[in-house]
Amino acid sequence: MKKPDIIFQLSMRSVRLNLLRSVLAALGIVIGVVAIASIGMISANMTLSVTEELSATANVLVVKPDSGGGGSFGMPGVGGSSDDEDDYISDDQFDDIRKAAGSSYVYYLYSESDSVETADSSGRTTIYAMDDEAMKEILTLTEGSFPSTTSQVVIGPDLVERYGVEIGSKIAIGDEDDENGQTTVRVTGILEERGMSMDISSDNAIIVTEKFFTGRYGGEDEYAQVNVVVDDIDEIDTVAESIDETLNRKDDEVRVEDSSRMLDTISSTLETITTFALAIAGISLLVAAVSIFNVMMMSVTERIREIGILRSIGTQKGEILRMFVYEAAIIGIVGAGIGAVLSLVIGYVIVFGMVGTTEYFFALDSLANVPEGMIVGALICIISGVYPAWRASKLDPIEALRAE
Amino acid sequence: MSSTTVIALEDVRKIYPLLSGDVHALDGVSLTIEKGEFVAIMGPSGSGKSTLMNQIGCLDVPTSGTVRIEGQDIGTLSDHDLTALRRDSIGYIFQKFNLIPLLTAYENVEYPLVLRYRKYDDSGRVQALLDAVGIDAALAAHRPAELSGGQQQRVAVARALVNEPAILLCDEPTGNLDSKTSTQIMEMLATLNRQGRTVIMVTHDAATAEYADRTILIQDGRIA
Repeated sequence: MKKPDIIFQLSMRSVRLNLLRSVLAALGIVIGVVAIASIGMISANMTLSVTEELSATANVLVVKPDSGGGGSFGMPGVGGSSDDEDDYISDDQFDDIRKAAGSSYVYYLYSESDSVETADSSGRTTIYAMDDEAMKEILTLTEGSFPSTTSQVVIGPDLVERYGVEIGSKIAIGDEDDENGQTTVRVTGILEERGMSMDISSDNAIIVTEKFFTGRYGGEDEYAQVNVVVDDIDEIDTVAESIDETLNRKDDEVRVEDSSRMLDTISSTLETITTFALAIAGISLLVAAVSIFNVMMMSVTERIREIGILRSIGTQKGEILRMFVYEAAIIGIVGAGIGAVLSLVIGYVIVFGMVGTTEYFFALDSLANVPEGMIVGALICIISGVYPAWRASKLDPIEALRAE
Repeated sequence: MSSTTVIALEDVRKIYPLLSGDVHALDGVSLTIEKGEFVAIMGPSGSGKSTLMNQIGCLDVPTSGTVRIEGQDIGTLSDHDLTALRRDSIGYIFQKFNLIPLLTAYENVEYPLVLRYRKYDDSGRVQALLDAVGIDAALAAHRPAELSGGQQQRVAVARALVNEPAILLCDEPTGNLDSKTSTQIMEMLATLNRQGRTVIMVTHDAATAEYADRTILIQDGRIA
């Protein structure tokens, strides 16, 4: 086996001689790399999982009243009941959309947010209504049946757990002091989980009949949104354009959105959060950098005499510089390596805990965070070692030899 | 300057500027040392002999005057070239041995050779030198801290010789050794000198200076 460079050997031995100190300094890098890589992986896994969930409804166009509020994205069905007359889609507009959409399946949604009360708990949730035919076409039940009378509802799977309800349970919608009063309905079906989707967020919602909804909240033929399920996904832009041209000829009456836009919004939100989290993780790397710097300065100070010997017997400045940079690099690379292994383990657990699935953990976008974190960690370590190394190389050999 | 002149100093001055007034550590020193000489430099502490030693050892350059080592004016050399000159032309033997604590005795001897030729010794030269100074392979595998003072100085002698330097420069080589070991080291230096090596030794011990052919006495920065 070929022996490594003698300068490198000196660095290795110095690290080994001060093992505890070196390990403690490397620990900072380990933590920094784990923090950066894990946060990167969480973000990548969230993005991948959201993308996957949204792609299930990639062929859906959502048409909403354009309240002139700009491009901000609201979750479908949440909010949206202002006094503005145009804050709904009228039946005429619905017909126009239908015509413009050609062979696509078009349905409307009513939505409100209201308080609910069950035997065990209470809270607020979204109430959707759609016509009976659309309900059967769009929604899937895991058990029970669709409502056949106005006092029957189906609920999203998340509500089952949150409110402790099951088929046959009673839910009181609204407050007693409310102008609409309180109405008790009975759960007849539980919906299949849909995950994040843009057309209808049914996991957390109660779906009621159209008649119940307009009876309780009024606003007949004033739809909160219209969903267009396009047959051929390649046609989605054409259909969107056609709707836009038909309805927005004079004024901006409606907004037509597809899942890519929602994806953009979510991605950019995730990106902002990730950047913030990475900045915090970056602080841990900064702390690591300071500790490496400290250790390297200590190493230089302790070895001034040795540096003097090395210089006097013919070691070049550049070789002294290299020796100390190697030392920082060894600490950095070992720390980053351990950090990489740990971030795979810790990242896996955190991703499972926060994203709920590790399906995308081994995807390139996710795993790429490990080498990235490693490189950043090792580089920071090496950079922290440069100044102490430079100081060491600048020492005057005579002065250094005199040191005790 | 004859072709056998190894060291030539001409009116060398070294001034350390201090707030309390300049210190003239060397005040116009001229001397030549021929190949194969054994020269002792003596003088009381503070006389400037260490400064003179640093000049000859290429660790420092003069304020004025010229120092030529094997004909090269060290005042004109870059730090890189000066370092290379120390590595290739001068073998140091220090009072405090100054072995590299992280390396074994063997590696200490090999180190200047690796620096110079960028490869490890495969000719057996390193161990041959160690054998010559009485350090066997088993002992050579130890770190300096595990060796006695005498053994360390033997290793230092072997290290000083490894690059076949023109000059062996010894700074109080027996200063940290007992008298028996001192004699052994001095005999070793004398033998090396008889084999044709130029030996320059700084010492304040008259008995040690006896080994030299010539003694230069330094006083107040001048040759007395």
